[in-house]
Amino acid sequence: MSEAVVPDAMVPPAVGSLYGEKAGGAIVDFSYVGIDAILEQMRRKAMKQGFELNIMVVGQSGLGKSTLMNTLFKSKVSRKSVLGTGQEKIPKTIEIKSISHDIEEKGVRMKLTVIDTPGFGDQINNENWYSIISVLSCKIFWQPIMKFINDQYEAYLQEEININRKKRIPDSRIHCCIYFIPPTGHCLRPLDVEFMRRLSKVVNIVPVIAKADTLTLEERDFFKKKIREELRANGIDVYPQKEFDEDAEDRMINEKIREMIPFAVVGSDQEYQVNGRRLLGRKTKWGTIEVENIAHCEFAYLRDLLIRTHMQNIKDITSSIHYEMYRVRRLNENNTAVAHANGVPEHHLTAHEILTHEMQDSDLPSTPSLPPPSPDLT
Amino acid sequence: MRVCSQTSPAYGACSSAPDEMVEVISATLEGFVSTSALLFSLSPKDNTFGFGQQAQFAAFSHKPICVLLMLSDISLQVCGPSWLSQAGLGGCIHLKNEEKRNLSLGGHVGFDSLPDQLVSKSVTQGFCFNILCVGETGIGKSTLMNTLFNTMFENEEASHYQNGVYLRPRTYDLQESNVHLKLTIVDTVGFGDQINKEDSYKPIVDYIDTQFENYLQEELKIKRSLFNYHDTRIHICLYFIAPTGHSLKSLDLVTMKKLDSKVNIIPIIAKADTISKSELHKFKIKIMSELVSNGVQIYQFPTDDEAVSEINASMNAHLPFAVVGSVEEVKVGNKTVRARQYPWGVVQVENESHCDFVKLREMLIRVNMEDLREQTHARHYELYRRCKLEEMGFKDTDPDSQPFSLQETYEAKRKEFLGDLQRKEEEMRQMFVNKVKETEAELKEKERELHEKFEQLKRMHQDEKRKVEEKRRELEDEMNAFNRKKVACETLSSQPLKKDKDKKKSVKTENQSGVSASSSKVMMAKASVEPLNCQSWWQAIQCCTCLVHNAAWKPEGGVF
Repeated sequence: MSEAVVPDAMVPPAVGSLYGEKAGGAIVDFSYVGIDAILEQMRRKAMKQGFELNIMVVGQSGLGKSTLMNTLFKSKVSRKSVLGTGQEKIPKTIEIKSISHDIEEKGVRMKLTVIDTPGFGDQINNENWYSIISVLSCKIFWQPIMKFINDQYEAYLQEEININRKKRIPDSRIHCCIYFIPPTGHCLRPLDVEFMRRLSKVVNIVPVIAKADTLTLEERDFFKKKIREELRANGIDVYPQKEFDEDAEDRMINEKIREMIPFAVVGSDQEYQVNGRRLLGRKTKWGTIEVENIAHCEFAYLRDLLIRTHMQNIKDITSSIHYEMYRVRRLNENNTAVAHANGVPEHHLTAHEILTHEMQDSDLPSTPSLPPPSPDLT
Repeated sequence: MRVCSQTSPAYGACSSAPDEMVEVISATLEGFVSTSALLFSLSPKDNTFGFGQQAQFAAFSHKPICVLLMLSDISLQVCGPSWLSQAGLGGCIHLKNEEKRNLSLGGHVGFDSLPDQLVSKSVTQGFCFNILCVGETGIGKSTLMNTLFNTMFENEEASHYQNGVYLRPRTYDLQESNVHLKLTIVDTVGFGDQINKEDSYKPIVDYIDTQFENYLQEELKIKRSLFNYHDTRIHICLYFIAPTGHSLKSLDLVTMKKLDSKVNIIPIIAKADTISKSELHKFKIKIMSELVSNGVQIYQFPTDDEAVSEINASMNAHLPFAVVGSVEEVKVGNKTVRARQYPWGVVQVENESHCDFVKLREMLIRVNMEDLREQTHARHYELYRRCKLEEMGFKDTDPDSQPFSLQETYEAKRKEFLGDLQRKEEEMRQMFVNKVKETEAELKEKERELHEKFEQLKRMHQDEKRKVEEKRRELEDEMNAFNRKKVACETLSSQPLKKDKDKKKSVKTENQSGVSASSSKVMMAKASVEPLNCQSWWQAIQCCTCLVHNAAWKPEGGVF
C-alpha cells in the first residue's frame, strides 16, 4: 500500500507521518472528532457580531453618576462630556436621555448605551400645581423610569412578533440599572426603598454608595449592613438575585458578591501621579484616593462584576427572566382586555392617566419570580 | 474606457421578486464582457434590509459591488455592518450615523472577556446538532455517521421492504473535552425502495416542517422557556448520491429541489471507492451542473469571515464530497487506520487522496457547525415562520397605518372562533329542542289514541251493562209477575179443603197436571214463604232450582 500523498500546500514534518498536517499544526488523531471546535466558531461569530450593553444610572443629582460612568469605561461616555466643549454648566437632566457609543477592545466591539435619568427633585416645575402635588405623592419619580424600561421591552416585543423579522433584533432593553445611594451613613431613605422595590421587579438593580470617600471604613461597614438589612426586610432582590443561582458554584460566587453589596465607589476621570504611576484618583489635601485601589474604595469590584465576569449573566437574566415576565404580563393583558377603556394603547397613556391607573392598580408580584401558570396561546 | 450603465426596474422587498430580479440581472450581465460594479441603492424609507435583498446580494457576491446607501436621516443601527458581511461583501462601506460615536478607551476596561463569558455560558448550556441523512437503503448512511463521530451508534440494518419512507430520529449525548453535544441523527428508512417513488420526499418535508412547527409553537407560547428548549430543527441534510458515475437520479433531483428551501443540503457521493479518479471528476462536474440547471440551492460554506473564508472557498469547489465510511481498523505500514480492505488494496478513510472524508468532517464539524445552526434559525426557520403566520392570516405593518399587533389579530381570530363555537352550540341546542318537541307531539298523539280507545271500551262496557240491566229488569218483572200469580194461587188454595184424598189427589193431580203450574205455585209459595234473599236474577234462578231439587216437596214420580 502506498504512503499517503500529502497535498502540496502542506509541508510534511521531518518525522514522516502518515497523515498530513492540518494548517493549525496538530497531528490528526483519528479518535478526535472536533466537536469542541464549535467553541471557537461561536467566539468568532460573537466577535463578528459585536455586543450590546445598556446601562441606566439612577440617583439624585450631584452624586457623581456621570463621573462613575466615565471611570467605568475609561472614556467620556456621559452626557456631560458629549454635550459639548464650550459648556461649563450643563442643564440638569429633566428627561431620560440615552447616549450610545461604539467601543472596541482587543477586537471585541461593543455598543454601549448609557441612559441618564433625572435626579430627584429635578422634575419639579413649580409652575404647575399638579406637578407639585405629584411630587408630594412621590410617584412621579419612578413612573417615567419604569415607563421607559417597559417601553424598551415593548419595542423588543413588537420586533419579535413581527412577521418579517430582522436578523438581529436591536436590543435596547436595559440590562442593568445602577442605583446611587447618597452617603448619609444612617440608612436608606423611604424614597430609595420604594424606588428600588419597584425597579427590582423589572430590571437588574445594582445599588452603589456614591461618593464613598465621605465615609470612614467603620461608617461604611455599618451603612452597608443597615442597607442590606433593609433590603432584606423589604424583600428587595438586587443583582445577583438569589433565586437565579444556577448551581452550587454559582451560589458560592454570588454569595461572596452579595456580602459586599452595595459597593462603595468613588469615581474620577482625572489622573494623578501616585508612587510613580499615573492612576485615576481624587486629590485632596489629606491624601489621594485611588479609584482602583481596593483598600480605598470598591470600584474595582463593581467594575469586575459588571464587566469582566457577570456581564453575560446580566444580559441573560434580562432577556430570559425580566423580558419574559413582561411578555407574559403583556400577552395576558391582551387576552383579558384590561383597562383600555378609551381604546388607547398603553404606551400612549399620559402621565395623568398612568397615575390614576396606578392608584387603582394592584401591586406587582412581590418577588421577581415567574407568574403562576397561565393558559397558553395554543 | 467605455462606461455602460443599466438600470433595473424597481423592486420591492417581497421574497418572490428576488428570483426574477436575479434572473433578469444575470441575463443582462451576460451581455457585457466584464461588469466592473453593480450599484445597489436603498431608499431612505426602507430601513430594514429585507431578506429578499440579502438573497440578491448573495447572488452577486462574486462581483465587486458598490452599495449606494441613502441614509441621510435614518440610522442603520438596526442592521449594522453585519448584514453586509453576511451578504458576502467585503470592503469598506461608510455609514453615516447620527447617534453613535466611536470612542477610544483610555485604559483597559476589560470587556474583551465577553466572548469568553459567552462561550462559558454556552458550554454549561450544551449544544445540540441535528443531522438528517437522506439516501437509499444500504448506501452507507449509518456507517458514515459512525465514522464521522467515532462512535458506534447502535442501529440495525434497515429492511428493503418498507412500503413507505419513514424517518427514524435518534438522539445521542456526546462529549468531547468540556463540550456536551446533543446529537440527533435522523435516518430515512425505505427511501428509494418503493416502485412508485412519487411521494418519497413527502415524509421528509413533513418531518422538517413539524420540527419548525414545534419551535414556532414554543416561541408563540405565553409562558415559554426557549432557553431550555431541546431544539430539534434539522441543521444539515446530508444527501447521499449513489455512485453510478453518470448523473443524478430523478428521485434525487426532485427530493433535493423540495428540500433546498427548508434545510441546508450538502450532497455527498457515497461509496466513493467504487469510482475511479477520472470518473469521479466527471461525475462531480455533472452533478453540480445538474443541480445548478435545476435551480437547487445547496449549502455554500460561508466566505465572509476572513479566518475561514479561504478554506471554505476552496471546499466549495470540491462539492459534492466523495466519501468512504468505515469503522474497521486495518494495519497499514506501522499504523492502524480506519480503512476498507480489499484484495487489491486498502482504502483509507482519512487519506485525502483516497476520499474526501476529511474535508467533510472538517467542513461539517470543525469549521461550520455554528454557521449551519445559524442559517437554519435565521433563514430557513424565519421563512417557515413567515409563511406560516401569513397563512394564519396575520399581517405585518402597512406602510402608513399602525402596525397590526399580533395579539390583536389573534384576539380577533379567537373571538371569531368562539363565535363560531357558540353558533354551533346554538344550532345543536335548537336541534335538540326540535327533536324534543317532535317526540312530545308523538307521545301526545299516542296518548290521545289511547284515550279514545279507552273511551270506546268504556262505552262498550256501558252498553253491555245497560243490556244486562235491561235483561235483569225483564227478569225481575217476570219474577214479580210470578210472585203475584203465586199469591193469587195461594189465596185460592187457602179455601176449605174437600177431602184429604181429593185434596191430595187434587193436589197431586194439580201437582201432576199442572206440574209446572203447581211447581211454579210451590215455587211461588216457597218464594213467598221464604223471601228469596237473592239480589240478582241468577241467584233467584238458582234458589228456585235448589228448591225444586229439594226432596221435601218433590212430587212423586219425579216429574222434573
